[in-house]
Amino acid sequence: MKYGVNEKGYYGDFGGAYIPEMLYPNVEELREQYLKIINDADFIAEFDQLLKDYVGRPSPLYHAKRFSEKYGANIFFKREDLNHTGSHKINNAIGQILLAIRLGKKRIIAETGAGQHGVATATVCALKGIECVVYMGAVDMERQAPNVSRMKMLGAKVVPATSGSKTLKDATNEALRDWIGNPVDTHYIIGSVVGPYPYPDMVARFQSVISAEAKKQLFEQTGKELPEYVMACVGGGSNAMGMFYHFLDDEKVKLVAVEAAGKGVDSGHSAATTFLGREGVLHGSRTILMQTDDGQVVEPYSISAGLDYPGIGPQHAHLYKINRAQYVSITDDEALQAGLLCSQLEGIIPAIETAHALAYLEKMTFNPDDNVVICLSGRGDKDLDTYIKYFGY
Amino acid sequence: MNRLNALFNKKKDNLLSIYYTAGYPEVNTTLDIAEALEKAGVDFLEIGFPYSDPVADGPTIQHSSEKALQNGMTLTLLFEQLKDLRKRVTIPILLMGYVNPIVQYGVERFCKQAAELGVDGIIVPDLPMYEYEAMYSRYFIDNNLSNIFLVTPQTSEERIRKIDELSNSFIYLLSSSSITGGNLQVSVNIEDYYKRIKAMQLKNPAIIGFGISDDKSFKKACEYAAGAIVGSAFVKLLGTEGYLDKIQGFVKSIRP
Ligand SMILES: Cc1ncc(COP(=O)(O)O)c(C=O)c1O
Repeated sequence: MKYGVNEKGYYGDFGGAYIPEMLYPNVEELREQYLKIINDADFIAEFDQLLKDYVGRPSPLYHAKRFSEKYGANIFFKREDLNHTGSHKINNAIGQILLAIRLGKKRIIAETGAGQHGVATATVCALKGIECVVYMGAVDMERQAPNVSRMKMLGAKVVPATSGSKTLKDATNEALRDWIGNPVDTHYIIGSVVGPYPYPDMVARFQSVISAEAKKQLFEQTGKELPEYVMACVGGGSNAMGMFYHFLDDEKVKLVAVEAAGKGVDSGHSAATTFLGREGVLHGSRTILMQTDDGQVVEPYSISAGLDYPGIGPQHAHLYKINRAQYVSITDDEALQAGLLCSQLEGIIPAIETAHALAYLEKMTFNPDDNVVICLSGRGDKDLDTYIKYFGY
Repeated sequence: MNRLNALFNKKKDNLLSIYYTAGYPEVNTTLDIAEALEKAGVDFLEIGFPYSDPVADGPTIQHSSEKALQNGMTLTLLFEQLKDLRKRVTIPILLMGYVNPIVQYGVERFCKQAAELGVDGIIVPDLPMYEYEAMYSRYFIDNNLSNIFLVTPQTSEERIRKIDELSNSFIYLLSSSSITGGNLQVSVNIEDYYKRIKAMQLKNPAIIGFGISDDKSFKKACEYAAGAIVGSAFVKLLGTEGYLDKIQGFVKSIRP
């Protein structure tokens, strides 16, 4: 793969494993084992079977006719919202729990922002009967309350992260601290294509099922091998990387990654990492992150908990730097309006994260024959409170 | 040969080092604290520069970092404060902090500046061996700065050998895999671990850190290593009223 990771864990200038020595044995074990395990026939069989019978894959590629009409192109939704637990996060959680079991781990930890990754992790832990602890920013526990209850009902322990901005970045810090203190029996299921190598590559591989299916489905429906555009929202970037994965080497396919501008990129309340960030090190990898001149991480803001993160995965940083993908941003207001539009034109209430990707359609110009595939990364049930407050329903 | 090497050549046991976060609890007492610690008999110091996301630190040092940042502490300001370092303090000094502020400052510039001010070594917990060797070691070597690596009970023998090779002052031994501020763990396994390290006859002395908080844990650590580092317990003291006057007594309580 032209844009894949090299043997040292780097994508161009980005990636690596900037971790304290305390995490080295765990990360090294993963690095040595992950490809062997996930390419093993027995692993593949169990992974595929669970994706099919438990998650409900393949997820449909839905030709959104009224959206297509409105925007003057053939718009397809890759329906990750129809997965069990309501988002793409379950693909990675299934992959990592099977890996953790093969590594002999007895305890799982995870971080979560919107709660979707936490719910997915709690779900696979219930499925396999493994202890599960999820770290979640105190602010996020409030704005994504239904997901906190879901995790608890699934048997997970939810621990609030109360430092910093009390959001996803801080939950990730707490999970890393937990892992440092539990170096032998615990596996950390990171929820996006972030973290030290091999996580970005491993999570991208587990999510790549999205584009593997979409490519096939698009051909079945249109007779075309490739779409003109592939779009997705980016928090850490896992649904985007899964959606881009099998299109990366086809340079003709334009890739569009949508970040959260919050109240506007220049408002001081934003999570638009590529606009506001510079190269540095965050959560174990060299990437692009929002920071002060002194190298302190800036607390991001987005109405969407899943996009409220000051960095992006290292592979995204690379795709951005070499211009293989276009990185754009959408404000809170634009996203919420797009969420409403999708509800009323297509009968699908999307997650607010996803609504960012949909909102960018407004800013694009298409040829009528263009095929556009958008990752519908998750459903909006968890966001009803926010939608209701905003629109006054 | 820097001050650290000179110290370890001269003194082989009972070495006491203290960590504190620059800018906490007040922004301008960095050198006052260093001076008081030297007067109290401490052998060498680790001055931490704060970071917004200190993943290897427990609540005490997290809090001190947050407060220091609120107080306006930056690397630039710290270097300004250290202008008089060698007029006021003679013991070896290490700077300790996370990699991102150093990368933003510029690794080469950081090393040069630190060395010019009389700093002897650097501890960067999230700068791993591969990245250090591949990208940064020359700046450390050119400026005669020691880079300090951590070793935990889970670090393999092969890796410890490699760390010993890359080190030129001491090895920072953790009593367990933990963030800062825990308790020194002494169990049968840990004794085995210390003995294993001792038996390896490394060229660098080992200093035990993380979880050393009182005379008992200090004494215990010194049974296995050349000395120990106290961090969180001292940072807690800094959080109390009249902390400068309490430093002498604190050091005596650790190493009577
Ligand atoms: C539905 C949905 N989409 C997107 C994201 C953002 O994550 P990523 O960028 O890793 O896909 C989240 C994160 O919680 C999510 O729940």
